[in-house]
Amino acid sequence: MTRDALLVLSDGAAFEGEAVGHVPESGVATGEVVFNTALSGYQEILTDPSYAGQMITFTYPHIGNYGVNPDDVESRRPFCSGVLVRDLARRPSNWRATESLDEFLRRHGVPGIAGIDTRRLTRHLREAGALPGAFGTDETAVRAAASVAVPTDGLDLVAAVTTDEPYTAGDPDGAFHVVAYDFGIKATILRHLAGAGCFVEVVPASTPAAEVIARRPDGVFLSNGPGDPAAVAGAAETVASLLGEVPVFGICLGHQILGLALGADTFKLRFGHHGANHPVRQESTGRVEITSQNHNYAVDVDSLRGAAVTHVNLNDGVVEGFRVLDAPAFGVQYHPEAGPGPHDASYLFDEFTTLMAEAG
Amino acid sequence: MARRDDLETILIVGSGPIVIGQACEFDYSGTQACKVLQSERYRVVLVNSNPATIMTDPEFAAATYVEPLDVPSLTRIIERERPDALLPTLGGQTALNLAVALHDAGVLERFGVELIGAGVDAIRVAENRHEFKAAMEEIGLAVPTSGFATTLGEAIEIAESVGYPLIVRPSFILGGGGTGVAHDPDEMRAIAERGLAASPVTEILIEQSVVGWKEFELEVMRDHADNVVVICSIENVDPMGVHTGDSITVAPAQTLTDVEYQRMRDAAFACIRRIGVDTGGSNIQFAVDPADGRQLIIEMNPRVSRSSALASKATGFPIAKIAARLAVGYRLDEVVNDITGETPASFEPTIDYVVTKVPRWAFEKLPGATPTLGTMMQSVGEAMAVGRTFPESLQKAIRSLETGRHGLNCDSGETPLAAEGDDDLVRAAAVPTPDRVFAIEAALRRGVPTDRVAAATGVDPWFLDGMLQIVEERSRLAAVGLDGATRADWRRAKRLGFSDAQLAYLWRTDESAVRAARLDTGVGVTYKTVDTCAAEFAAKTPYHYGTFEDEDEVAPLAKPAVVILGSGPNRIGQGVEFDYCCVHAAFALSAAGYETVMVNCNPETVSTDYDTSDRLFFEPLTGEDVLAICTTLAARGELAGVIVSLGGQTPLKLARTLGDAGIPVLGTSPASIDLAEDRERFNALCTQLCIPQPEGGTAASPADARAVAGRIGYPVLVRPSYVLGGRAMQIVYDADGLDGAMAELTGTGSLGREGGLSATRPALIDRFLEDAIEVDVDALRDSTGDVVIGGVMEHIEEAGVHSGDSACVIPPTTLSAPVIATIEEHTRALASALDVLGLLNVQYAVKDGEVYVIEANPRASRTVPFVSKATSVPLAKLAARVMLGAMLSELRAEGYRVPRQGSGGHVAVKEAVLPFDRFPEVDTLLGPEMRSTGEVMGVDRSFGLAFTKSQAAAGNRLPEGGTVFLSLADRDKPAGMVAARRLVELGFSMVATAGTAAALEAEGLVAEAIVGKLRDDDREGLDAVELLSSGKVDLVVNTPRGRGPRADGDHIRRTATRHKVPCITTVSATLAASAGIAERAAHAPMVRSLQEYHDDGQLRLEV
Ligand SMILES: Nc1ncnc2c1ncn2[C@@H]1O[C@H](COP(=O)(O)OP(=O)(O)O)[C@@H](O)[C@H]1O
Ligand SMILES: Nc1ncnc2c1ncn2[C@@H]1O[C@H](COP(=O)(O)OP(=O)(O)O)[C@@H](O)[C@H]1O
Ligand SMILES: [Mg+2]
Ligand SMILES: [Mg+2]
Repeated sequence: MTRDALLVLSDGAAFEGEAVGHVPESGVATGEVVFNTALSGYQEILTDPSYAGQMITFTYPHIGNYGVNPDDVESRRPFCSGVLVRDLARRPSNWRATESLDEFLRRHGVPGIAGIDTRRLTRHLREAGALPGAFGTDETAVRAAASVAVPTDGLDLVAAVTTDEPYTAGDPDGAFHVVAYDFGIKATILRHLAGAGCFVEVVPASTPAAEVIARRPDGVFLSNGPGDPAAVAGAAETVASLLGEVPVFGICLGHQILGLALGADTFKLRFGHHGANHPVRQESTGRVEITSQNHNYAVDVDSLRGAAVTHVNLNDGVVEGFRVLDAPAFGVQYHPEAGPGPHDASYLFDEFTTLMAEAG
Repeated sequence: MARRDDLETILIVGSGPIVIGQACEFDYSGTQACKVLQSERYRVVLVNSNPATIMTDPEFAAATYVEPLDVPSLTRIIERERPDALLPTLGGQTALNLAVALHDAGVLERFGVELIGAGVDAIRVAENRHEFKAAMEEIGLAVPTSGFATTLGEAIEIAESVGYPLIVRPSFILGGGGTGVAHDPDEMRAIAERGLAASPVTEILIEQSVVGWKEFELEVMRDHADNVVVICSIENVDPMGVHTGDSITVAPAQTLTDVEYQRMRDAAFACIRRIGVDTGGSNIQFAVDPADGRQLIIEMNPRVSRSSALASKATGFPIAKIAARLAVGYRLDEVVNDITGETPASFEPTIDYVVTKVPRWAFEKLPGATPTLGTMMQSVGEAMAVGRTFPESLQKAIRSLETGRHGLNCDSGETPLAAEGDDDLVRAAAVPTPDRVFAIEAALRRGVPTDRVAAATGVDPWFLDGMLQIVEERSRLAAVGLDGATRADWRRAKRLGFSDAQLAYLWRTDESAVRAARLDTGVGVTYKTVDTCAAEFAAKTPYHYGTFEDEDEVAPLAKPAVVILGSGPNRIGQGVEFDYCCVHAAFALSAAGYETVMVNCNPETVSTDYDTSDRLFFEPLTGEDVLAICTTLAARGELAGVIVSLGGQTPLKLARTLGDAGIPVLGTSPASIDLAEDRERFNALCTQLCIPQPEGGTAASPADARAVAGRIGYPVLVRPSYVLGGRAMQIVYDADGLDGAMAELTGTGSLGREGGLSATRPALIDRFLEDAIEVDVDALRDSTGDVVIGGVMEHIEEAGVHSGDSACVIPPTTLSAPVIATIEEHTRALASALDVLGLLNVQYAVKDGEVYVIEANPRASRTVPFVSKATSVPLAKLAARVMLGAMLSELRAEGYRVPRQGSGGHVAVKEAVLPFDRFPEVDTLLGPEMRSTGEVMGVDRSFGLAFTKSQAAAGNRLPEGGTVFLSLADRDKPAGMVAARRLVELGFSMVATAGTAAALEAEGLVAEAIVGKLRDDDREGLDAVELLSSGKVDLVVNTPRGRGPRADGDHIRRTATRHKVPCITTVSATLAASAGIAERAAHAPMVRSLQEYHDDGQLRLEV
């Protein structure tokens, strides 16, 4: 039998549904509520560390249709703090499925609420902007938690998701040796780097620049990750000292940190870009790429110096990529590795290896 | 690059008559293209033989040609109009094939016409399965193993090498014509033979069968800068083996992981690039092995299609409109998404609801056809529904079909299933048929495990679980009961798509009680918006669907609103003609300052384009759904009223419900509608007006029927009340025939579902007038009583052939002035007596100079668009204005063309197009039950010429000379001889069956040979079937004794159809044909645009 549950946002807006997934000890789940408009790829999205501290609303009503499989994971576990859906599939169907999404959520302690009017919620967030909120089965507890829930602004969430110990990926005899800063790196990125012939050493976010240089890599990769780039302790400084020393490629949070390293500012978008259908124009060719995106913050183009904008979001003009002028470094705000999403931009990994080849 | 300024005139080719596999989705795409190109300031020249389409309205093109879609007339048009470019990708297979033919004939080159959208090579590679497979293998995409054969011998060889089961499909064919699955050499031989015959290039593909795999479609768009996007993914509920057009389909894809989906997307992009579609939309189909996710590419259509119309309606992304822009030079990122008004079209729509499409078939009208679904499309229409979940959209789609079902069972229609055992149900579900989904639900309700049903049907367990949720909810609800139902119960039920009618059935009460109780608990419908972006951006276009959520998005009304009810899924008897009327009403009323609101559930139509009216509600046309819309709007501002008389019988049926609920029904009052529909009262009215009618009476039982027939004498015509298209109408010559016909109408008969027989729905028994001339009249009456006659149409075939199936002509050719005067008088009298406000259609039968009224329909008729195209009078627009109080005099003053008597110096002939090529088992004989799917128009300076054009347009081009095979029923012989003599004078030679040959002798005409009838034991004379197969016959004239299914000689007619020999089944049509052939020989062929014809109704002839 289903258990009635309630979602309440910090501004008081309430949504009826029923509890699914894990039942939190406190009986209440809290976090910053964002929405993702991708039609497929919920497993990749749930396991993307960039969602740490957030509760994910899926705008597509049926989630869990094809279950969960061992392959399509982006990290060791989900880091998001809740899942909000219109309908959670009871009976998954796909030849690769090994468990239902509900089982997966319970196994990983992710609470969820189903049956809510997710379109109303999305329209609300579109107008009000991403809001913190809380959900659970005990109305008073939920309302109390919602009223004190905080957004992710200014929080260093990277510390929570980065690896404690370095580890490697790819063929040790790979053509290129890359050190990858793990701000919350997605497995698909490692697969792409390895696929492009890189041997990757993944290091904790706090690893000093000197230590990285000492490893004498062909290139440094700055990963995606959760939250406010400005709040990631020391990252910008570290990257600044790497620039010019070694080719650098940043994705998402990595791209924002690269921007900060150049002295640019970042700002928070009203409700961010979370989906798999965002059109991005590559300025050099005019070609349009359909991209996978997941970011709440962006680089402020007016404050960006010493770099040329290479990619622009055609929906709202946000900077989606830039190239550093006097150093072999570039970054993109979106996700060329997809996982989930279209493969239109995978060429960027080759651009990174080309950059390393030229430098080396 | 943006707009191409090197182009000035662009030729658009439509898809011709509505046929199975090619319906009004191409009116939608063509109309969008015309609008866009005109707004881009190009000179648009349009060719389409179908007068019922919106695209052929003179205002959508600079020059509109309603001419046969063949190389000769296209060549003349090109020569006359000298277009710079031809856009062939919006007129279906017809336009593509024509483009290739024009290229091969050197016409495009001769007149320097550029093909835009897709080039000849792209079309060839995509449409020729041979080259297509080669191309796909070349780029490393997997296709089913296969071989091609051009002879039966080759076919058998390849079959052995590929192995059974295998599937046979002809090249260059639409809708799967001539395809089939063979399990052994015998089946193989039969299917291969049909396939080779069907293919214009006598080539068939013999292919490994992947029946049972999952079937997917991607709708893809590409611009000239090679930007490619997926607009929509579609998953078929019915697996491979059932044509996508006959499958229940769902958007978006439900059971693919992102990894699998992206792999499919990459393959689709590789495909469209390799085929080389320069710009526009393509439909690409995939098969996926449920066991290991293996993907095979099945086909690609390098053009907009039925699926792209569905995708456009499902996402709000107007594929055809954008395709037209891309074709003239724009890039996707240079085109704005009009739904958001700010973001570009270079993106991939994402949706936050589920769309389900369910096909509608017409097997009940095609006795002899087996209702089993396969790789050849057989459906005549489809309904689409939008819901927030699959179960909700599935149930909404089913009730949108108007097949008498209120959802996935849980209604009286489920009764027959109760008798079946569990295993029978599973067996029934295993065979794809129109009713399969109901058997599935019943099986699940019996507790048959999902996995067993999945194994038997190949339907994915995820879909089955959606149905199982409906099943489980039903039993929960049954337990609670109407009084016990809490708000939570109502919400769960409605969110699973249960209609109030289903709940009324479940709780043995009536619908209004259910609605009242539900509203008491505060569970009412909320309307959401289709916005291409899952609410990420604000939508500018109010395109809504109903569901049961927290928030409603319907904005307040700015102006008085008029709700226009559409005609639902296409079906035989109710098609694009009615959509034409609704769309015209929307145009006219928006222009007159009203806020127009369209309600319809047919994804193929122009009416369901968000551009057509100010607001669109994509909802089922049931009492519950329409009432909810009206009440919501009334709460948002001023609701001027609802138009129920332009969408055919569908909305008309709702008049009472709406009226009783206090919703203002515009136009003729529900009371008058009933008066016209109720035989007894209508008869009384005619008597009182001294308008003769065929004698008749009504019968609620077989006994009554015999009594009536006894009184009026045979032959009689039997039919149910309240149906359109002559459903289940039969001519009977004796008492036994009568009993048979009555049985049809009772509960178990084909009409049982739609109410059967009862005192309130009696059968109508009329004296059948033999050899009478039938006449159709469309008239218009305003609130001041001013009446105008839109057009008087004389039918070619005699009364007894359904008005929808017989050819007709404007102006009448044989009726005397006094007869026409009488007809017009009667029409005016009826219009006033019925206090008609708007359109009135009256059908007459003229026998021996006496005019009888057959029926009067106070609503738009099937012939309104034809009349408008023939006479230039926008009847539907005028009607819409009149229904809102405008006087005809005002409208004249506004500059509307209101008919003067007598049309111009041209003659327009409408011919019906019948679906027999898809149903080889069905007798092609015409009768009072309508079976045509579409129509064409031939227009020229004389009846004969217009008639031959209409025949050519309908696909049976009349021969110049050769041999005629004549076989006439006795009653037809005298008149038949007149036609025979004409044909002989034209140089035809005759062969005939014995009796007819004797008649010829008597006339001093010779029959070169006697043809025996297959059924005769003494097989003297040639064998009819062999003769026709041998190709020695150029024209068949076969009129049987009496009318009705399986009439005598049907093997002759069926063989003729199979071998594409023109076959005429009435003497009147034969006379028309001989007149036409004669005139065609005498006059140089010419083409003229409607605009020229309409110009003062005068035909300008160059001598
Ligand atoms: N190899 C095959 N095995 C089984 N079914 C097939 C195969 N190829 C096609 N089909 C079925 O036949 C239908 C029609 O085939 P398709 O190539 O799409 O022709 P059409 O041009 O008529 O759309 C498909 O929708 C699919 O269900
Ligand atoms: N009394 C009659 N005598 C001869 N033919 C008739 C008679 N009544 C109807 N018909 C034929 O049957 C056809 C269908 O009848 P109609 O009343 O038009 O049905 P529907 O309402 O389905 O169009 C008519 O078009 C006409 O050809
Ligand atoms: Mg197909
Ligand atoms: Mg096809």
